[in-house]
Amino acid sequence: MKTMLAAATMALSLGASGLAMAEPLKIGMITTLSGGGAGLGVDTRDGFMLAIKQSGNKDITVVTEDDAQKPELAVQIADKMIQSDNVDVLTGIVWSNLLMAVVPGAVAQGKFYVSTNAAPAALAGQGCNKLYFNAAYQNDNLHEAMGEYANKTNKKMFILAPNYPAGKDSLTGFKRYYKGELAGEVYTKVGQTDYAAEIAQMRASGADGIFVFLPGGMGIAFMKQFAQSGVKIPVMGPGFSFSQDVLPAIGDAALGAKASGQWAPDFDTDVSKKFTADFQKEYNRLPSIYAVQAYDAAQLIVSAAGKASVKDADAFRNELLKADIQSPRGNFKFNTNQHPIQDIYLTEVVKKDGVLTNKTVEKIFTDHGDAYAKDCKI
Amino acid sequence: MTIALALEQLLNGIQLGVMLFLMAAGLTLIFGVMGLINLAHGSLYMVGAFACASVAAWTGSFWLGLIASLACAAAAGAIVELAVIRRLYDRDHLDQVLATFALILVFSEGTRWLFGDFPLYLDIPPLLQGIVNLPGDASYPVYRLAIIAVGALIALGLYLLIGKTRLGMRIRAGESDREMIGALGVDIRTLYTLVFALGSALAGLAGALVGALQSVQVGMGEPVLILAFVVIVIGGIGSIKGALYGALLVGVTDTLGRFLLPQLLALFVDPSQAGMIGGAMASMLIYVVMAVILAVKPRGLFPPAHA
Repeated sequence: MKTMLAAATMALSLGASGLAMAEPLKIGMITTLSGGGAGLGVDTRDGFMLAIKQSGNKDITVVTEDDAQKPELAVQIADKMIQSDNVDVLTGIVWSNLLMAVVPGAVAQGKFYVSTNAAPAALAGQGCNKLYFNAAYQNDNLHEAMGEYANKTNKKMFILAPNYPAGKDSLTGFKRYYKGELAGEVYTKVGQTDYAAEIAQMRASGADGIFVFLPGGMGIAFMKQFAQSGVKIPVMGPGFSFSQDVLPAIGDAALGAKASGQWAPDFDTDVSKKFTADFQKEYNRLPSIYAVQAYDAAQLIVSAAGKASVKDADAFRNELLKADIQSPRGNFKFNTNQHPIQDIYLTEVVKKDGVLTNKTVEKIFTDHGDAYAKDCKI
Repeated sequence: MTIALALEQLLNGIQLGVMLFLMAAGLTLIFGVMGLINLAHGSLYMVGAFACASVAAWTGSFWLGLIASLACAAAAGAIVELAVIRRLYDRDHLDQVLATFALILVFSEGTRWLFGDFPLYLDIPPLLQGIVNLPGDASYPVYRLAIIAVGALIALGLYLLIGKTRLGMRIRAGESDREMIGALGVDIRTLYTLVFALGSALAGLAGALVGALQSVQVGMGEPVLILAFVVIVIGGIGSIKGALYGALLVGVTDTLGRFLLPQLLALFVDPSQAGMIGGAMASMLIYVVMAVILAVKPRGLFPPAHA
């Protein structure tokens, strides 16, 4: 297992950023850097490190390890980071089943966890915790947006997701807003690579639309096989199904697909344009939604570390809650359960200069929170 | 449920079974002839897929990639046999499991070192793209039908090779009595290397064929390896015929289970619950089938006569 010690290096801005605290802060990043989900983890890591680098804060160190998308491995890494690396903040997990394995233990030991992606319902309602923040969304959010959108365009939807916490949250979220008829509701195995049996059901179901939530390699396999199957029903999904990390692999089969997201690379704000340009310059590719979420998570930690010591958990938490950052997404604030309140947009896959990317079409939700915040008592 | 859907699902099951047969045939051949448990068989599947994807990307021809996958997997198999496996024939199974598990790690890290963490992609050749219409309003992708055809040809080829040729006679003799065939002057070492390379080539071919349907990535072989072990245990370890029937049984059971169990449960609980529970039960189904078969026939469906 490779351990990468990455120290933030940008001497210039040290004076400029006006750091009041010179308290060292150690961040443990556990993310997926190998296997079918590697694209998500690599974007998470790169987006995160970009913000750390831009902050110029030399007191922040980041330790990164690969969880290979395995819950048991993630738990071992978290234990090691807490016990022997003495990290103050954990972050980076992409998958909800891994997050559920790590977060309860980490916060019980007094460590902060700032999620860059996974946001299971179990940690947003009654199970919320003062030390657990989510910088991405609540799992249901993007699916809720697609449910709302499908009301306008579809009458009979076939919905599909993997059988793990985020998959259940996905279809629950979709159904919370979608009022039409369901032609089918299918849960597949996590990491499944052959979807022939499910595609056959779609063909026979008489659906007028298909909603799929299949992040990473699963989505690539599904879309390739779907395109080959000759089934002509339009496909939609949350942003992950057609995000920048999977589009090149899916190819033209994705053209025209509708998705929902808190951000797309064509966002017309200065912050977003600068972020996209910086990311492209640093890594020579377009950022995905995961990169933005991790970028914001890092910005949040950097902003809190500038004003409070992580050793003073209450003060550090209050600084995090202020969400004093410039997010490429635009509006961003924390709800009472420490999950975001933000706008959610409809996007469409288009080809721009020969590269497949997402174009923003319209806003679906403004200042959208989640359904679980009311159950969170902190 | 319509006839078209049932037919399509049955073909999906057969196609999965055929893929498993290509893996299981090599595994069971190697076990039958040499008495070796080869956990690294999944790595050879991965080698085939990577060879096909990279050669196809380089030359633009899937067919050259397919040839490369056979050649690379066979070569990798032969090298592994000469360098490592040869020393393991007289050891007990635990040593073999340990050594071949180590080979998995070597292959995985080696592949990651060469190709990186990101999956490679392989496109279906234009000749095999599209769908064919089947009777009863059904339609099916040409590529998957082609996989079934390849599997059937390989099964026939193996039957002829083992039943009708001199090499096959030696393989069967090797299965029955290793010492005796050596004493009779057959070059047993070369025979072992040949069998190992043949098994590896079949695994590599399976990897290349599946690679065009999914993504080609490090660690893709291990989930298939587990299924292949289930297949050879069901079929009877060492029996090619058992591997064929076992593979088809596992393929069809898995596919139909994934499809029918949630529908069956939906008669009793609400569809969302049925989907979740049915999905979970479907992934256990083949192991239940294996347990039942082993309870009735402890040595599998077609145990080799001599063992």
